[in-house]
Amino acid sequence: MANWQWFHKWGSPRWFYQFSGRLLPWLAIPALLLLVGGCVWGLAFVPADFKQGNSFRIIYIHVPAAAVAMGGYMLMATAAAVHLIWRMKLAAIVMKSAAPIGAALTFLALLTGAVWGKPTWGTWWVWDARITSVLILFFLYLGLIALHQAFENRDAAARACAVLAIVGAVNIPIIYWSVEWWYSLHQPASIKFVGESTIHPTMLRPLMATLSGMYLFFGWVLLLFVRAEIIEREKNTRWVQALVSDK
Amino acid sequence: MGTGAVMFAVLRRDLQAALRRGSEWSNPLLFFLMVCSLFPLGIGPERQQLAVLAPGIIWVVALLASMMATDGLFRGDYDDATLEQLLLSPLPLYPLVLAKTFGHWLVSGLPLSLLSPLLATILQLPSEGLAVLMVSLLLGTAVLSFIGAIGAALTVGLRKGGLLLSLIVLPLYIPVLIFGSAAVKSAIDGMAYLPPLAVLAALLMAALALAPLAIGGALRISVDQ
Repeated sequence: MANWQWFHKWGSPRWFYQFSGRLLPWLAIPALLLLVGGCVWGLAFVPADFKQGNSFRIIYIHVPAAAVAMGGYMLMATAAAVHLIWRMKLAAIVMKSAAPIGAALTFLALLTGAVWGKPTWGTWWVWDARITSVLILFFLYLGLIALHQAFENRDAAARACAVLAIVGAVNIPIIYWSVEWWYSLHQPASIKFVGESTIHPTMLRPLMATLSGMYLFFGWVLLLFVRAEIIEREKNTRWVQALVSDK
Repeated sequence: MGTGAVMFAVLRRDLQAALRRGSEWSNPLLFFLMVCSLFPLGIGPERQQLAVLAPGIIWVVALLASMMATDGLFRGDYDDATLEQLLLSPLPLYPLVLAKTFGHWLVSGLPLSLLSPLLATILQLPSEGLAVLMVSLLLGTAVLSFIGAIGAALTVGLRKGGLLLSLIVLPLYIPVLIFGSAAVKSAIDGMAYLPPLAVLAALLMAALALAPLAIGGALRISVDQ
């Protein structure tokens, strides 16, 4: 028989609280270093783009925000599946906590995209495939948060949201393709996002820094949300009361 | 009773109830009719402009009408605990949910699709698009019924489900809207309209296979709470 102790550990909010407390600085410090360092590098030291001038520098926030917003949804859907299959409480907490962070990052991606679009495309908003599917991702996040708030019973809220998150995850590729196709059907060729291979290494390196920084930042903030939720849920247990009275 | 007999019984009961309470199937139709006739008033009655917008208008309004009909899909059964009995039955949930969703489509999506040529004429849709509009709505509203049923099942236990349902369901409706209106537009422009129709049919097959699982799971959660 395999040793399942590691698995049961993850089911214990108390163990996770203590474990994540040790993890926090290892996420927070590199996240801030990479984000701040990458931004300073990108803003001050990378040469200006010969077509877009300085406006392209918003890429160092825009692309990481968008990438992590999408990755966050996948993480949330995975946590939802784990919660439905194994009834793991921690997964429900992770799912609930990931939604507002993901929504905020999606909004940031849309906002920075609009700010970038104005000088380069001459308009704040284009019904481009990529933008539209990110907008829909934003709606999916908001629908999930709204559903969670509507339930009074916490367990029912978690399970209902888990079903919705998984349905949404199945739909994301469908939505993406449909939007892509819709775009190609109805609009003449328009400006496309820069592919990764066509970006110059001097521009790419700070992007990689902020991208990995953003992933770590997401992990850090997620842990903070999860820890707050654990404390809230376990507030009547002895270990939480001991923890609070210590301080 | 076998599964088939139970499915048939569920379907017959739902259809009977819908026919006796006429508002269940007639209200979405009236909504469809009224909202569609608002557009010429808002946009202006110019024939060419309406002809361009008609596929999109009809599809969006049909989508909204179908969504409004979905709100009541499980509500009556939830209130009088019929739903609980269905969940308690030894039969698998999948065929029962399938029968309920199909019954819902018969009283919402089907009449909408049958009425659509009339509205298309009012909105000056070119006649080349009429048949494709109807077929796209027949396929598309069935997908909408399945997706809507997931939302209805998730919100049936909540007191104020209506607006929440639309927040949950509308983002998931988008692919159906895109392919449905694309099919009609292609038919009008004389382009190949079969590919988007085929995609709609594929979406329907996927919904048929997967959605009842999600609906069943959601119903259990709503009834358990």
